[in-house]
Amino acid sequence: MDTLMPVLASLNGLAAGVFLLSAFGLLATRQMQGCVRFFRLQSLALVASIFLIAIGMRVPDLIAVALLDFTIKPLLIPWLLRRYVREELFRRREIDQVLNIPSSLLVALALTITAYFLAVILPPAAGSMGNINVPVGLAGLLLGAFTLAVRREAVPQLIGIFAIENGSLFAGIAIAPRLPLVAEMAFPFDMLIIALVIGILTRITQERVGTTEVGALRSLREGGAE
Amino acid sequence: MTLFVILALPLVAALVSSLPLGRRVAPATTLLAAVGAVLISGRAALTVAAGAQVVGVAGWIELDGLGALILLLVAVVGMTAALFSWGYVAREKDSRHLRRYYSNYNLFVFAMLAVPMLVEPALVWTAVELTTIFGIYLVAFDNTPEAVEAAWKYSILTIMGGAMALLGFIVLFRATRFGDAPFTWRGLVTLAPKVSSGVLESAFLLILVGFGAKAGLVPLHTWLPDAHSQAPSPVCALLSGVKTTVVLYVILRMLPILNASGRIDVDRWAIVVGLISVGIAAFLILQVTDYKRLFAFSTVEHMGIILTAAGLGGAAAHYGAVYQILNHSLTKSFCFFAAGTTMLTVDTRQIADVRGLIRTSPVAGTALLFGGIAIAGAPPLAVFLSEFSILRSGIAGQHYVAIGLLAAFIVVAFFGILHHLNRMTFGQAEPVPGDAAPVKLPLSSVLTLIIAAAPIVILGVYMPPPLHRLLQMAAEGLAR
Repeated sequence: MDTLMPVLASLNGLAAGVFLLSAFGLLATRQMQGCVRFFRLQSLALVASIFLIAIGMRVPDLIAVALLDFTIKPLLIPWLLRRYVREELFRRREIDQVLNIPSSLLVALALTITAYFLAVILPPAAGSMGNINVPVGLAGLLLGAFTLAVRREAVPQLIGIFAIENGSLFAGIAIAPRLPLVAEMAFPFDMLIIALVIGILTRITQERVGTTEVGALRSLREGGAE
Repeated sequence: MTLFVILALPLVAALVSSLPLGRRVAPATTLLAAVGAVLISGRAALTVAAGAQVVGVAGWIELDGLGALILLLVAVVGMTAALFSWGYVAREKDSRHLRRYYSNYNLFVFAMLAVPMLVEPALVWTAVELTTIFGIYLVAFDNTPEAVEAAWKYSILTIMGGAMALLGFIVLFRATRFGDAPFTWRGLVTLAPKVSSGVLESAFLLILVGFGAKAGLVPLHTWLPDAHSQAPSPVCALLSGVKTTVVLYVILRMLPILNASGRIDVDRWAIVVGLISVGIAAFLILQVTDYKRLFAFSTVEHMGIILTAAGLGGAAAHYGAVYQILNHSLTKSFCFFAAGTTMLTVDTRQIADVRGLIRTSPVAGTALLFGGIAIAGAPPLAVFLSEFSILRSGIAGQHYVAIGLLAAFIVVAFFGILHHLNRMTFGQAEPVPGDAAPVKLPLSSVLTLIIAAAPIVILGVYMPPPLHRLLQMAAEGLAR
């Protein structure tokens, strides 16, 4: 087992790299499809990391969690979004963004560096192989929040939320790998319900408001602009 | 067992409401389940107040003083709002839409009832997330572009908050590695002195930021006035009266844990964040043009007051905080019932469009004015007593700056609320265009107003001994 550890640790490092890269990808892509694809990739990196930590730290519960996450995040959620959000949304290629992409990436870089500094405040990972998870997860959280802030379309905003949650779990799995199974199971189901409800809300928004460019929703303001 | 029955009631009601059984079945079942929940949680609260244990599954589902208080409040507002829904939502013609309203209503209440019972923090997070998710449909119920916009802002900001708080809860679990105690609120308090302060502090900050967004604390409060003004009035009563309180309750649960560690000055965080919310909300109240937004900002103000009071520390301030929780929930839900009745009468949300309400509709006018006076904190009503006890305990604890600011903000909010409501209720009523007959208010609305007003008046002059005991136990839950 001990000879296996360095291999597992470097594989986990690879997963962390993919995770961070897809967080950047979410921010840089101009296409709705691309957003979903990068979310899939990020979720797969998360599943890989959970699986590796499960083996490396001998937490069999986590294998079940990895399997559940695998079914829900990369498979069920994109399927649900396709089902409930109208097809034409996915065919629209360009996504409006408040900030242009090069500047967004610069801010994202700054956020990632900040995450490395902030990670010191968080408790360290439970085992040495998860060390990289804490700063990368925190960076995923911050980048997700940033994606949410700059995107003006409904689906990319929703995916921004999922990216925050993925970041939380990516760091969390290393900080507390022995979280009760019931709780671990509840998290992905929660995301599934969110995808379902927000998917329906997106549809209603399009029907009622005529656009899913939620950044343009500003009839409710202080001073009674209604 | 008792606790399981309380949880089962809204679930069964949600199931029955979703079946196509006729227009009356869903509201009747919902009301019946809500009354049942009030009776059973009232009995559970009495048991807790008498010093006995109420346990569902040890280590997972238990009820202590603080939990019992919140549970009781959710049940009571859940009942009054169900009664108010009866006449209010009946305007909706599409009975499928109506059934979905009631099934979501029951699920929403179910999730809120679960939060104070659960003692395992990770499950508490899940239950709080569920309250948010089930609330989305209710906020969007009116299906106008504005309601959909409000629902969108509500869901994005509060779910984002939840995702951030998630990391806080996972970090919190790390505390169990420092000793041998279960991962429960009480277990964490006993563990706290041994846990490194980094774990507790980072967990607390993540939870404060994340759940602060859900509780409507400034600066992540922007969704709250939108959602609380666009949702149907009974839903506003639930959102403002108990939903925000339930989330704030989770933040309050963190205070004794951090205080027990003895190395972190968490009270200062609570006071600063609380005062900022009170201050910003007080000045935003002055410039509202929509009376439902007025009450929504007042909710932000009261969340701040409660958090500040909890941060002042000491038994008296903690008692003031839980007392304020009780009075705010009861009074704010009444305010939204009054606002809903006003909406039914005048069919506008704009303050400027309403004049002489007390002449056009004596019931709505009186209710609105009474609600305003009560929530602003005028004596001898309930909110005055709790705000006064908070100010007094703060002075006794020598927090002069904080209390000075708090008192000033409360006074600003007081005048803001009464200024707006005064313009609406008195003055010359504008002549009704055409000769439309005065709107006849549904009996259920009037009944709700009477039932909801009763505790506000009674608690102003008389505190039943078991309730006093329950508040004391809840305050002890904040200390430790």
